[in-house]
Amino acid sequence: MAAPAYNLKAEMSKPERFAPGHRLCAGCGAGITCRAMMRAVNPEDKAVICNATSCLEVSSFTYPHTAWEDSYIHLAFENTSAVASGVESALRALKKKGKIDGNTKVLAIGGDGGTYDIGFQSLSGAMERGHDFTYFCYDNEAYMNTGTQRSSATPRFASATTTPSGTESVGKKQNVKDLTQIIVAHGSPYVAQTTFIGNLKDFHQKAHQAIYTEGPTFVNVLCPCPRGWGYKAELFKEICQLAVDTCVWPLYEVENGEYRLTYMPKKKLPVEEFMKLQTRFKHCFKPGNEWTIEEAQKYVDEKWEALLAKCK
Amino acid sequence: MIKAKDINESSKWQEMTTGCEIYEGGTSALLMTGEWRSMIPSWDPAKCKQCLLCAPYCPDSSIPVKDGKRSDFDFDHCKGCGICYKVCPFGAIDWKEVE
Amino acid sequence: MSVRERLSGNEAIATAMRQINPDVFAMFPITPSTEIPQYFAQYVADGKVDTEFICVESEHSSLSAIAGAEAAGCRAITATSSAGLAFMSEVLYVAASCRLPIVLAVACRALTGPININHDYSDSMSVRDSGFIQIYAENNQEAYDNYLQAHRIGETADVRLPVMICEDGFITSHAIENIILEDDDAVKAFVGEYNPENYLLKAENPLAVGPYGTSPYYMEARVAQAEAMKNAKRAILDVAADFEKTFGRHYGFFEEYKMEDAERALVIMGSSAGTAKAAVDELRAAGEKVGLIKIRVFRPFPGEELCEALKNCKAVAVMDKSEGFSACGGPLYAETAGACFNMENRPKMIDIVYGLGGRDFTVEHAKRVFARLDKIIKTGELGPVYSHIGQRDLREEVQ
Repeated sequence: MAAPAYNLKAEMSKPERFAPGHRLCAGCGAGITCRAMMRAVNPEDKAVICNATSCLEVSSFTYPHTAWEDSYIHLAFENTSAVASGVESALRALKKKGKIDGNTKVLAIGGDGGTYDIGFQSLSGAMERGHDFTYFCYDNEAYMNTGTQRSSATPRFASATTTPSGTESVGKKQNVKDLTQIIVAHGSPYVAQTTFIGNLKDFHQKAHQAIYTEGPTFVNVLCPCPRGWGYKAELFKEICQLAVDTCVWPLYEVENGEYRLTYMPKKKLPVEEFMKLQTRFKHCFKPGNEWTIEEAQKYVDEKWEALLAKCK
Repeated sequence: MIKAKDINESSKWQEMTTGCEIYEGGTSALLMTGEWRSMIPSWDPAKCKQCLLCAPYCPDSSIPVKDGKRSDFDFDHCKGCGICYKVCPFGAIDWKEVE
Repeated sequence: MSVRERLSGNEAIATAMRQINPDVFAMFPITPSTEIPQYFAQYVADGKVDTEFICVESEHSSLSAIAGAEAAGCRAITATSSAGLAFMSEVLYVAASCRLPIVLAVACRALTGPININHDYSDSMSVRDSGFIQIYAENNQEAYDNYLQAHRIGETADVRLPVMICEDGFITSHAIENIILEDDDAVKAFVGEYNPENYLLKAENPLAVGPYGTSPYYMEARVAQAEAMKNAKRAILDVAADFEKTFGRHYGFFEEYKMEDAERALVIMGSSAGTAKAAVDELRAAGEKVGLIKIRVFRPFPGEELCEALKNCKAVAVMDKSEGFSACGGPLYAETAGACFNMENRPKMIDIVYGLGGRDFTVEHAKRVFARLDKIIKTGELGPVYSHIGQRDLREEVQ
C-alpha cells in the first residue's frame, strides 16, 4: 500500500481525538503518542482503543474523565490483546448480522511492561490468530506507573528502582528483549519501530500503514519518560533524536517479512551522547565504569549491523 | 444518559453511571490541568512562521490548530512542560517560571 | 415442540448455546468442560450458528476476549473448569465491575493441589465473591434449563451482571441422562435479542469502559454493584416464573425436599442432592422427620429465604463439597450459618466437608450425617462443628 503524502498542516488541522485534561505528567511521551496514533486513523473512520493498565490508562480515563474521543476499553494489565481480539470478533459478528456498518479500527495500546512482559502471552496469541487490529507499544523502558521498576525493555546498565546502581551494581544486567523482531517472527504483515523525530512523518506513515493493513500489525514506539529516565522534560525531541542517531533505537519497518530502514543517521553518534543526558545512566560515567559504555556501544553496534544486513 | 459534567465527588451512587461507563468522548477537558504549571510558555505571533512543528509535540493537546494555523495556548490544560519551547525553530515560544 | 433426548450435561449446555446462537464464543480447553466448545465448534463447522468462534491461548484471554466482545455490543460466552476458572479469576471481578452480562459455563472440578480432574466446588467457590451470579444444577436437565435462563437474568436492566452456570464435572458434564430439549424457536423467543443501550461499536456515541476509580467514586461503584446483585434475586425469580409458564418446569433459589415437617435437614448442592434425596426417602420410610435443601442459586445468596425454610428444623448439616481451609468450615457453611444467625430459634448447625476431588458420596454417608444430627438433638451437645466425611481416617470421621 502506497504511503499517503504527509502534510503536517493538514494533519494538525484534523479534529483532535485525544483531549487535553488527562493526568499524564508534564512532558510525557505517551500523550504525544496517543495524539499521533489517533491522527493516523482517517477522520471518517471510528476506532475502539483497548488499553492495558499503565500510566496512560490511569491518566487518560480517570472516572468520569476520558481523554479519548473514541470508544475505549481497559480491563486489566496483561490482557489487552485478548480484549482487542474480542472487540474485533464482535465487530465481525455485528457486521455479519447487519447491526453495524462503517469502518471501525481496533487499536490496542500498552506500555513496555504490558507488552514485552505481562501482556506478552495475549499479544502473541492475538498475533498468531490473525485478528485485524494494530498494537501500539509505548515503550518507556520500565514500569513507570509503579515507579520505574525494570522490565525486559529496560536497557542494560540502566538504573531502575529494582536494578539500582550501587557499590556492587552497574544497573540492569541484561540487554533488552527485541520484541519488534519477535513480532516479525509471528508473521505479522506489518511491523515497525518508530519514535518522534522531525515533523513526525516517520511515526505517522508507519501508524497509518499499520492501521490500514489488514491483519495483526505492530508499532513499537520509543516513548521517553522524563521522570523515569532522568532528563529534563523539555528535551523530549532531543532525546528521541539522539536515540535514533546513536542507533540505540533504529527506525525501520517490516512489511510481509521485508525489512526497510526508514532513517539512516547522517553521522552515527556514540551511544554515550544518548546516555549522558539521563540520570539512569549516571553511574556509567563514574571513573572505573568506562567499560559499561564500551559494552553498551558494542551491543548497539552489533544490533545495528545485524539490522542493516536484514535491510539489504 | 448521565453526563460526565454531572458526576462529581458529591454524587450519590444512584447518580453515577452503571459500571463507571462514560457515554461521551473527551470529558477530560473538564479538568483544568493548567493548574499544575510551574513553568509557562508564551507565544509570539510576530515571530511564529506557522510551521506547526510545536503542535504535534504537545503532550496535552494544548496548541489549538485550525485551518493550518495555530493560535495561543490552551492555558486551561497546558502543563508547561517546555517541549514546544525547545521544538520551535524560530524562537517564537518563550518559557518562564510562573510568577 | 419439546423433544426427549439422551445427552450429557456438556452436550445439553452446548445445545442451549446453539439454540441461543451467541455472537462471540472464545474458548480454551480444559477437562471436563472442553466438550462444550468442541460440540460448539462442530455447530460452527456445520453452519448451525453464525457465532464468531475464537480459540484463544488461555482462559485468562478467553474471559478477557468475551468481556471485550460483550462491551462491544455482543452476547459473548465461554466455558471452563478448575485451574481455568482460577486463572480467569482476576478478570471475573473486572467483568462484573464493568457490569458485562457475559455467561460462563463451569463444569466444576477440584483445584490443583495435587492435580485432580474430578468434581468438587473448589473452583467455583474460590470465585464466589467475584460478582458473578452463580447458579448450580443437580442434573443435565437443570444445567440446560439454567443455561436457557442465564442471559436474560444477567442482561436485566437493573442487574447487568455476569452469570456462571455450574454443573458438576464428569458426574453431570459427562453422564448421559434423559432430558427434555425445547424447540429452537421457542428458546430463541424465550431468550430474545440482545440490545444493549450503550456499547463500544455504537454509531451514535462512544463508550468508555474500565476507568481508574479514585476513592471518591470506588465505594459508590461497589455499592451500585452490590445493589445490582440484590436486584438479581428478583430477576432470577421473574425469569424462572416466565420459564415455568413457557416450558413448564419450576425453579427457585433452592429446592425444598420433604421439608414440610422436617426436624433434621441437609443443605447441599448439585448432583450430591440426588444421593441425599435417596437417604431422605429411606429415613422417611422409617418414620424419621428428615429433609434437605438443594441450593440452586449461590450468588446472590438467598439468606432470608433459607431462614424461612429452616425455621422449624432442630439440627442442620451444611454439606460443603469444597474445603475452605478456614479451620472452621467450608464456604456454604459460612454463608448458611451467617444467614441464620439472626433467626429467633435457629437450629443447631454443623458443617460436613465431603466428596473432594471426586471422592464418592453415598446414601450411607448421608444417613450417617442424619444420625449425627439426631444425636445432637437428643443429647443437646453439638460436638465438632466442622468435620469431613469419606476420607480414610484412623479416627471415626462423623460420629
